[in-house]
Amino acid sequence: MPEPVIHTEKLSKRFGSFTAVDEISFSVSAGEIFGFLGANGAGKTTAMKMLTGLLAPTSGQATVAGFDVYRQSEEIKRNIGYMSQRFSLYDDLTPRENIRFFGGIYGLGKAEITAKCDQMLESLELVKVRDSRLSSLPLGWKQKLAFSVALLHEPKLVFLDEPTGGVDPVTRRRFWDLIYKAASDGITVFVTTHYMDEAEYCDRVSIMVDGKIAALDTPEALKGSFGTATMNDLFIKLARPAIRSGE
Amino acid sequence: MNPAVTTENLSKRFGKVEALRGISFCVPEAELFGLIGADGAGKTTLFRILATLILPDAGNASLLGLDTVKSYRAIRTRIGYMPGRFSLYQDLSVEENLNFFATVFGTTVKENYELIRDIYVQLEPFRSRRAGQLSGGMKQKLALCCALVHRPELLLLDEPTTGVDAVSRQEFWQMLGRLKQQGITILVSTPYMDEASLCDRVAFLQEGRVLAIDTPTGITTLFRKPLFAVRSRDKHRLITKLRTYEHAASVFAFGDSVHYTDLRQSPEPHELKAWLKTEGFDDAEAEPVKPGIEDTFMALMESGESPEENS
Repeated sequence: MPEPVIHTEKLSKRFGSFTAVDEISFSVSAGEIFGFLGANGAGKTTAMKMLTGLLAPTSGQATVAGFDVYRQSEEIKRNIGYMSQRFSLYDDLTPRENIRFFGGIYGLGKAEITAKCDQMLESLELVKVRDSRLSSLPLGWKQKLAFSVALLHEPKLVFLDEPTGGVDPVTRRRFWDLIYKAASDGITVFVTTHYMDEAEYCDRVSIMVDGKIAALDTPEALKGSFGTATMNDLFIKLARPAIRSGE
Repeated sequence: MNPAVTTENLSKRFGKVEALRGISFCVPEAELFGLIGADGAGKTTLFRILATLILPDAGNASLLGLDTVKSYRAIRTRIGYMPGRFSLYQDLSVEENLNFFATVFGTTVKENYELIRDIYVQLEPFRSRRAGQLSGGMKQKLALCCALVHRPELLLLDEPTTGVDAVSRQEFWQMLGRLKQQGITILVSTPYMDEASLCDRVAFLQEGRVLAIDTPTGITTLFRKPLFAVRSRDKHRLITKLRTYEHAASVFAFGDSVHYTDLRQSPEPHELKAWLKTEGFDDAEAEPVKPGIEDTFMALMESGESPEENS
């Protein structure tokens, strides 16, 4: 079996007396689309910060893209892609400027940046608006661009934090076409979402409740073992009794 | 009975962008009315005109029988508005925010406690916490409390549940149901199609125009093509392959299945299954299904899309 792209063993994070993430253990294999679900306050954001090298764990083990989260957080940052709806691209820059900026950050050469920039604008059909400020573009276009920029340095693993929030059903599905395309190219996708139909599009799904992983399996197996018709019903069944729902 | 909201031919332009291109609709008292549309459809502009914050270029709107331009002051005391962006004071506590908004409207939290009690009890454990430190779901509940604290007759809620988890969304909509029972008219926008089905009536908005207005069930009758749910283990390959089928009109992932429409009038599911078998999908299943509100919205969106954006 190939080495998992993400592997955690009793990974925990405590803030004072509060245990935000409580001994989570799971593995994600190469090319997998892994859905990371949980209610607001369940500990998802803290877990993702640890996995992306932004926050040191309190205890437990984790490797991401082959690197240790305690000792090699800089290597992790260089070897993963990250996109969130809130802070990904600069609204005051144009698509072209954003691509060049992030290319520079990831240490790509000038010629490579120029080539990738043209290619990306072409494939995303953004050539016409390449010199318009990002703030003037529809949210769906920005999301597609943010996703491509997150893959600019050809990482093997990409974290998507609520990538489709607030867009229409057609645009959401077009975004998932991009996710499927990346996965079929061998990129591992770690994604959070509040749209439960999107949970169905993942290979496997974990649901966090009160800092712990309450369930983890394929969507089909999860619905079967909890006896629910949809992922939405399953989510509500698991997350509703959460003690920390108010946090 | 007077309608709570009436708009006639509302138009608004920002530079080159035509945000609203002649919006007309009517919402009777105590209705829960949903505005469904993509980002950029004009929902927020419409809310801002109704909340008397900006002026329309053409057309007019009245709320509770009052004109939004001439009687804006009177309107402001009688409506509650929850903007899309969280706009409470992040540095004030839960309690301070509530008291602040109550004072601005010349009332007290105590006076209208009955109305907000259901929601406030959930916030109570955090009443001294700063608003900026609350979770997404709790922020929305506090914002709703602040919009309700002066007992408005009409609520304008601009995407109150965007970015909020499924449990909090369900609780939020249960609250809206109870407010409606108390006679409050609610205008709410949402990108979640499951929420659209909880409204009395919905309006589909696209590029500043109303595509359709009807009850959630009524609106699905606008979907006229035969629709099939197709299933196979390898969903992504199924979608990709189906799109190459010569008779395929639309192919969309839909929860645990793929929703497929055909270019022909009366396609046969067994024919589709047979074709899928030849393409290597031995486990493929195809059955006719009733279109839902999301199918209908997507179909109307696609047909309403201008050709230059279809490229």
